[in-house]
Amino acid sequence: MATDTPTIDDAGDSLPLPTTIASGAVAAAVLLPLVWLVRTALDVGLSEAIAISTRPSTVQVFVNSAALVVVVTVASVLIGVPLAYLTVRTDLPFRRGFTIAVSLPLVVPSYVGAFAFVSAFGPQGAFQRLLAPLGVERLPEIYGFPGAALVVTLYTYPYVFITTRAALKSLDTTLIDAARTLEHSRWEAFRRVTIPQIKPAVGAGALLVALYALSDFGTPAIMQFDAFTRVIYVEFTSFGRDVASLLSLQLVAVTLLILGLESHVRGNEPLYAGRQGGRTSGVVPLGRWKYVAVAACLAISGLALIVPVGILLTWLAQGGAEVGSALAFRPAYAVNSIGVSAGAALVATVAGLPVAYLAAKHRSRLTDAFERATYVGYAVPGVVLGLALVYLGTSYAQPIYQTVYLLIAAYVVRFLPQAVGSMRASFLRVNPALPEAARTLGRSSFGAFRAVTLPLIAPGLLGGAALVFLTTMKELPATLLLRPSGFKTLVTHIWTATASGYYGHAAVPALILVGVSALSMLVILSQEGYDVK
Amino acid sequence: MSNSTMHATQDGIEPTETDASAPVLELNGVSKSYGPERVIEELSLSVHEGEILTLLGPSGCGKTTTLRLIAGLERPNGGEVALNGAAVSNPDRFVEPEDRGVGVVFQEFALFPHLTAAENVAFGLEDWDADAREERVDELLDLVGLETQGDSYPDELSGGQQQRVALARSLAPEPEVLLLDEPFSNLDVDLRVKMREEVRRILKETGVTAVSVTHDQEEAMSISDRVAVMNDGRIEQVGDPEQVFQQPESRFVAGFLGHASFLPGYVHGGEVTTGLGPIPRDQINGLAGTYDRTRIDVLVRPDDIRAVPVDGEADGRVVSRRYLGPTILYEVRLDDDTAVQCMHNHDESIPLDTGVRIELDADHELAWFPTDQRPADADE
Repeated sequence: MATDTPTIDDAGDSLPLPTTIASGAVAAAVLLPLVWLVRTALDVGLSEAIAISTRPSTVQVFVNSAALVVVVTVASVLIGVPLAYLTVRTDLPFRRGFTIAVSLPLVVPSYVGAFAFVSAFGPQGAFQRLLAPLGVERLPEIYGFPGAALVVTLYTYPYVFITTRAALKSLDTTLIDAARTLEHSRWEAFRRVTIPQIKPAVGAGALLVALYALSDFGTPAIMQFDAFTRVIYVEFTSFGRDVASLLSLQLVAVTLLILGLESHVRGNEPLYAGRQGGRTSGVVPLGRWKYVAVAACLAISGLALIVPVGILLTWLAQGGAEVGSALAFRPAYAVNSIGVSAGAALVATVAGLPVAYLAAKHRSRLTDAFERATYVGYAVPGVVLGLALVYLGTSYAQPIYQTVYLLIAAYVVRFLPQAVGSMRASFLRVNPALPEAARTLGRSSFGAFRAVTLPLIAPGLLGGAALVFLTTMKELPATLLLRPSGFKTLVTHIWTATASGYYGHAAVPALILVGVSALSMLVILSQEGYDVK
Repeated sequence: MSNSTMHATQDGIEPTETDASAPVLELNGVSKSYGPERVIEELSLSVHEGEILTLLGPSGCGKTTTLRLIAGLERPNGGEVALNGAAVSNPDRFVEPEDRGVGVVFQEFALFPHLTAAENVAFGLEDWDADAREERVDELLDLVGLETQGDSYPDELSGGQQQRVALARSLAPEPEVLLLDEPFSNLDVDLRVKMREEVRRILKETGVTAVSVTHDQEEAMSISDRVAVMNDGRIEQVGDPEQVFQQPESRFVAGFLGHASFLPGYVHGGEVTTGLGPIPRDQINGLAGTYDRTRIDVLVRPDDIRAVPVDGEADGRVVSRRYLGPTILYEVRLDDDTAVQCMHNHDESIPLDTGVRIELDADHELAWFPTDQRPADADE
């Protein structure tokens, strides 16, 4: 139906003042740590900064990280896109099961995957011992670049898989039928119709993969691979603060470069959301390739899932009694994890509410800027954020330095976008006529929000909070840098156990984390209305 | 707010004549811009008690914006909106929508999905005491014929039922003025016709003053006491439906309300010479003497003229025909290249390219426009 309803608030309408102030305050709080980092780096002095930035070891770190990002991103696209196509558009057997199986690696925190791979495929690892009777003395080196690239790819390609799958599912297959009737072969139709349509989704998934690969702290550390994150942490712990902050800035610069690249590639193409009302009909028959496809799906999900879960279960069975109680797992760690995560979820939801509301309901340059600002924490690697807050805390906020408050602040800055994104999407789904109807029925604007908008966005509110909760549970670098001394959580326990080589002690917390991550996966799926079929 | 006006008068149909007394709703030189784009320009309008007025116009003409300005959902850039003689919005004063006593039926009904039908109706009655509220909800559900559906959620109701709930909800707090934004556009065709009559019955039963908005001229004609035709942010003509249809004051109004053909003619003496032959001057509405010996365009509706196939001398040829179900619309190109449309019964079939004579078959006066009002690039 044609209508002339003005849907977008014009800039002329004034923004609600209290909400705008709250929103601006949140944005400023999120940006503060970064500003501080820049100042600290500037204190180093220009000549010394150039000297540090151009010395061979720094350049090597840059090359290492860049190589890791490129290889992991390309590999993820090569794995994720075909898998998505197979599970959506073909007659692959057990499509439902495979869809779940190849999505599941996302639930394994990459550092858990990394130490599982090290102990499985490392020298004297479980796999080598298994093969020893066959005369296998050495396996190919797992430490360093190959191991890091393999592990990060295996645990991040699902980002590409999931976004591509969503795009393929919402793709109107009548478009492909149309191309076929216009004398295109199946492959030509794929190339000229399907690819342009799913490109933005693949790009979005690849962006997540690239950012993850760049910011991942645990995997390079365990694989002893000198990526930015590892070197920054090493420098920081050996009192090389200047170097650490300079490298952090470089890392942020590379992150911004990736973001810029992605938005350049994406251009102005709209990102296709799920609600295209696409009809998916006509399944592509695989023929004899069916067996190859099944084998590939089995191999990937097997490698990514069975290795770590198998290793963890083996350790669990063996028990970890060989060392003293210092490394033994205590339930208090789980309680600590849950406590700070719940705190972070609560604060992030409250802080994100005004930002999300303005971004969804009063679009203007200012509110867009506020919303973007909250995303900065997401793009900034955890180790950099942790470091920035350490500087800030030791210089200006001594009373809260090394308290859980600063730790929670770090989590909020880092994961606020999850809460904002989820709430913003819910706000957008609320028909703007509903609060208007409430106004015409005698409610004030706040009354309308409370009686109508809030109940309608409640699921998004809870979903966002749950996501923040679950990702906070898994967060490693900022936790290591900012936790109060003596404060132990699941991840710090895993870290201590693996760093000192007693992998067995990491089994219980790691299994708990995998379980928690599986829950976060459920939340993500239910948020996107992503029905696994 | 509104105690005097409406207390749902169940005691029969209110008189539909427009009341010449003080208007309930008055717009005075109201304008609204979005950035540089002017949507409403110096719009003035009065609506009287118990009247149903429809703003009719094409998409983007500003009619919905006008409605939102009345409701207080948008703030005008200039001019005044007054309810019962008191300004609710002018440059110095802006009354929030919740304090205006204006009810709105939204285009997509905007029923609260988390509340039942009865809870939706009760939403605007927060300040009422519980018994009165319950009674009022029952009364309204009864009025719209949904006594048994009070506990259903909106997604369990059909389109027509949802509209009834929306209507009941907006009427419940006894608004001074009820606004309806394209109220029937979400319904399918059969239901639309039925709901039009139903809504008019309900509005008349409650005696509420109503302003509705639509782009559907048939809908405007059938539910309104008066129609205001809007174009490009301005009101072109206000009047009762017959008047607006038969005596349009502008080419836009003539063209927007039903099919219209403009027949060029030359005025001299007691006749107007046209491509159909001469038309007696007294069949043209109010053609002043000053227009003697000038060119004018005479408005003919498809039901004003008939095409009669002839073998000999013809006025023009049939160039297209369109089935409209019970009728057929023929387009005839006259010898002077004017196109006219005429409506025939579906059983009167004339083949394409037949030569025809056109007979004027109107028992009312025809409207006309001076040729200097022709739009720059007229296609009708």
